[in-house]
Amino acid sequence: MTIKKSYDEINERIKKGEAVVLTAEEVKGMARDVGVKETAKKVDVVTTATFGAMCSSGALINFGHADPPIKMAKVWLNGVPAYGGLAAVDTYIGATEVSEVDSEYGGAHVIEDLVSGKDVKLRAMGRVTDCYPRGEIETTVNKESLNEAVLLNPRNAYQNYAAATNSTDKTVYTYMGILLPNFGNATYATTGELSPLLNDPELRTVGIGTRIFLGGGQGFVVWNGTQFNPSVPRNEKGIPVGPGATLCLMGDLKKMSPEFIRAAVFERYGISLFVGIGIPIPILDEEMARCVSVRDEDIETVLCDYGVPGHPEIAKVTYRDLKSGEVEVEGRVIRTSPLSSMYKARIVAKILKEWIQRGEFLISEPVQGFPKEGVFKKLCVRKEDR
Amino acid sequence: MKERFILNFPPECSGKPITYYLIKNYNLEVNILRAEITAGKEGRLLIEVTAEEEDLKNGLHYLKNENVLVYPLSRELILNVDECVHCGLCTAVCFSGALEMDRINWELLFNPEKCVACELCIRACPLRLITLHFVGDLEA
Repeated sequence: MTIKKSYDEINERIKKGEAVVLTAEEVKGMARDVGVKETAKKVDVVTTATFGAMCSSGALINFGHADPPIKMAKVWLNGVPAYGGLAAVDTYIGATEVSEVDSEYGGAHVIEDLVSGKDVKLRAMGRVTDCYPRGEIETTVNKESLNEAVLLNPRNAYQNYAAATNSTDKTVYTYMGILLPNFGNATYATTGELSPLLNDPELRTVGIGTRIFLGGGQGFVVWNGTQFNPSVPRNEKGIPVGPGATLCLMGDLKKMSPEFIRAAVFERYGISLFVGIGIPIPILDEEMARCVSVRDEDIETVLCDYGVPGHPEIAKVTYRDLKSGEVEVEGRVIRTSPLSSMYKARIVAKILKEWIQRGEFLISEPVQGFPKEGVFKKLCVRKEDR
Repeated sequence: MKERFILNFPPECSGKPITYYLIKNYNLEVNILRAEITAGKEGRLLIEVTAEEEDLKNGLHYLKNENVLVYPLSRELILNVDECVHCGLCTAVCFSGALEMDRINWELLFNPEKCVACELCIRACPLRLITLHFVGDLEA
């Protein structure tokens, strides 16, 4: 008998408190013990999670109008420039924007401060017009005083990501951490078998409108992420080997927690934002049970040389090896370290599981799926522009 | 006894093999954990010394006569564990094994005994949660 469950059926079970929910790590054990078919019968939802530095993140904010009003054209929050080209009192502050006075404070810190409920200094300047007679403003805001404060992250939750090492005789400072000379270390992102999009490699259940855990609150997938690449070569398990799909995410910043939104400083690289994300994968059929049973040994990525321009690939490695603490490449043993927090991701997966078990979080069928084909383009400098 | 010291060498010391004499004449077992020398400027050495108490005392007296500044080092690397997200980036640069991931719970483990004060982790931590504290008096 083939197993088929609809989103509605699963949601009915969630509402009744009857849904069987496991984390992605738990379900792998079950699939190994009782097989994929039994797992598909027994389990309704699997929670996946990640907690990593995601540079393409930011907050959309509306301050409300002062009296007299100002049309803000230049905006600073705690000395960090925010975008001034959005109507009068809307702004977008990007996580990687750096303060004009403190190189170790940036947009990510402003976002974390807002999430924490701290006061943030607002300074803005605008052109005086009949509609907006005020030219300058300086005041203090916090999440309670703002009309809207929404996290809007154009590219989060990479399906897979290249691991990084450095062959040269100089230390390189990267968004993958400090890479020591002569293959002194290697770092890797993503939580491997716990990572959301590695548990649904074809993105059957994740699309526009998918309700998720975002930063401690509930959020949504609103679009495919930027640099979305469905054309990455896949291994025999159907897993993209290297950076593949991405998600554009949105959620109410006011309901988030500094436990899951943390500003990060990468030495001699810049500012980024740690974001905790949890995505529920409904087990609609045996195929989805097979997808979520994927193990670290089945998930491969490319190990790239960040010491060399273009970051050439030097090997393929599995997450089992990466998580073991060392990988062997052409007879050379390289120490490995994570940069996504498995510890935090497990907490996210557990909280999301509890929300669903308590009936507080319903799963949602994507309103629209993501592109199956496409090319990840490079930026070319045209001949006439050189 | 085993103790750690930071030695600050003034520029005029640069021609003398002071560490060699410490070992040869004062019977000190010297393990150099870190060395920084700026041409024409000061030199700085982090050493771990294993020695008899009397030998150590004489060795330190010799350093004083050579105008080497000696900082006895009970230095602490302090990790603000409460704020740590256990990302693991500090472990990427820690070669002494003081900072390691527990690969079962994926928590950061910190063993101060193994720390050699290379200070790389301070800059590797994206949350800036690691600080180095020097506890000890300036001793001549």
